[in-house]
Amino acid sequence: MRIDASNKSYKELNAAILKNPDPNTQITGCCGQRYIADGFSGKKIEIFGTPGNALGAYMDSGEIFVHGDVQDAVGDTMNDGRIYVDGMAGDAVGYAMRGGEIFIHGNVGYRAGIHMKAYGQKRPLMIVGGCAGSFLGEYQAGGTIVVLGLNAGSEPPVSYFCGMGMHGGAIYLRTKILPADLSDRIVASEVTRKDMWELMPKLEHFCNIFGENLNEILKTPFYKLTPDSGNPYKQLYVANYQ
Amino acid sequence: MLQKEGEVRIPSGCAISGIFSKDGTPVNGGEIVESIRVMHDRSNGLGGGFAGYGIYPEYKDDYAFHIFYDNMEVRQKCEAFLDRHFDVINLSKIPTRKISGIMDEPLIWRYFVQPLPHKLEDSQLDEKEYVVRCVIRINTQIDGAYVFSSGKNMGVFKAVGYPEDVGEFYRLDEYEGYCWTAHGRYPTNTPGWWGGAHPFAMLDYSVVHNGEISSYDANRRYVEMFGYRCNLLTDTEVITYIFDFLLRKQGLTLEEAAHVVAAPFWQTIERMPPEEREQMTYLRKAFPHLLITGPFSILLGFEGGMMALNDRLKLRSMVAAEKGKRFYIASEEAAIRTIEPDLDRVWAPRGGEPVIVRLEKKGGM
Repeated sequence: MRIDASNKSYKELNAAILKNPDPNTQITGCCGQRYIADGFSGKKIEIFGTPGNALGAYMDSGEIFVHGDVQDAVGDTMNDGRIYVDGMAGDAVGYAMRGGEIFIHGNVGYRAGIHMKAYGQKRPLMIVGGCAGSFLGEYQAGGTIVVLGLNAGSEPPVSYFCGMGMHGGAIYLRTKILPADLSDRIVASEVTRKDMWELMPKLEHFCNIFGENLNEILKTPFYKLTPDSGNPYKQLYVANYQ
Repeated sequence: MLQKEGEVRIPSGCAISGIFSKDGTPVNGGEIVESIRVMHDRSNGLGGGFAGYGIYPEYKDDYAFHIFYDNMEVRQKCEAFLDRHFDVINLSKIPTRKISGIMDEPLIWRYFVQPLPHKLEDSQLDEKEYVVRCVIRINTQIDGAYVFSSGKNMGVFKAVGYPEDVGEFYRLDEYEGYCWTAHGRYPTNTPGWWGGAHPFAMLDYSVVHNGEISSYDANRRYVEMFGYRCNLLTDTEVITYIFDFLLRKQGLTLEEAAHVVAAPFWQTIERMPPEEREQMTYLRKAFPHLLITGPFSILLGFEGGMMALNDRLKLRSMVAAEKGKRFYIASEEAAIRTIEPDLDRVWAPRGGEPVIVRLEKKGGM
């Protein structure tokens, strides 16, 4: 079913989506309506336009595909399901994400993947085709973030303070040069064969969805950033005596 | 009954938007109203406002004072002051439309003025400083009068209400200019009142701001040493004075001023190439009291240009876009797409990095 979002408030639009019995919903003329598909499960939503903040927050299953850019806090505390954005994203994408997958074709803003976490079978994944702003994966506790930097040129694909306060999970950067200001509490290593074997199906999926060339992507090396367990955070604010 | 500072605290929101026409092609005020309307939910009806540049071409060489009065008595008192210090070229009520969303309006008057030549000469001040001191005197000493706009060929329009209602109230669709900025307010720490709505202006500088300045009092104490008076019960006011101080009085460039208020971290400065490192170190050391901390996204309007700036951590969202000779900037991309769906370029400026646009016309405005 198709819903025309023009002149609908976020309440009216979300009510129309909820009422729709059809498993597939197409939204046209979207312009800034917040909270679309929050706590959502089991359906597919395709959006044309610019959805507002907190798209797919607390999402539990199902799929969102956006033809265009998205704003702030996409997939906030997402639990499961998939979000695809054929465009760029604002700040704090995948904030405290605990499951599910987010694929962004373009750039993401500041604090993408901040507080991302994992537990048991819940292993969130975020793949960014473009570059990421500062504080990517800040306080990351689990899950996987991949930044491909397809438009990065010779620069690192992330801005300042990448992985600050990270204590779990992994960040993969496709780059020849690592960011200059990486924390000494992070270990940056070239990816292993096992890492790439795990990543490959996800990268293939990204390329199929957004029409990118996997062979081209694989020509540039990947680095893996993980927290340094030999140098943990012992005294960030106060002394933690054992 | 409106609760005052300390009696209530509301979680933050606010919205800003700006349109700039680089070749000077006039933009109707109705467009900026449509843009800010999309971000209705970011405000709570306690303040909205606009600044338009190039809107008074018939009086472009006169200072345009927009003034709120509590009552007729105050008006007479203030007009007596104006007559003693200025040649009043024209005066009128600012035309408004009665709408249900805007209530309890003060008297709102507009004056086009020139400093009286002999007064100006006696004061031994330059013309702009003379005007600034007069504005500060009215705002500080005449209780119930507030000059909220004092630049040439520009004007601020603000009120308590939702921004789209404020735009309708002031009939902005009847104005045209090369630059517009807008603000939707969600006051957090201070009361929502007419004088406290954004933009805050001094001469041709105007500021709209989304955020909360934790360095407010340190900034205020510093600028008040130079004759400014922060008496509007809200933090944004001080940003306007900081820019007036750095740009007009200290002669800094916009970029330098931006690096004072949103200075990079020392650890970021350490990694810069030597020349840049030296400059950033100098600016941080010369004006440590003007570092603005806390989250902010601001638009600074000025004669012939506009600057957008985020705090260095980018704790408030801001998206920029271009279409032909038009430049757009807003808290949310939707606020741009609603007036121009088909954009040439969209990007998110980095924290602490100013985005500056200027009129292309030869000789400027």
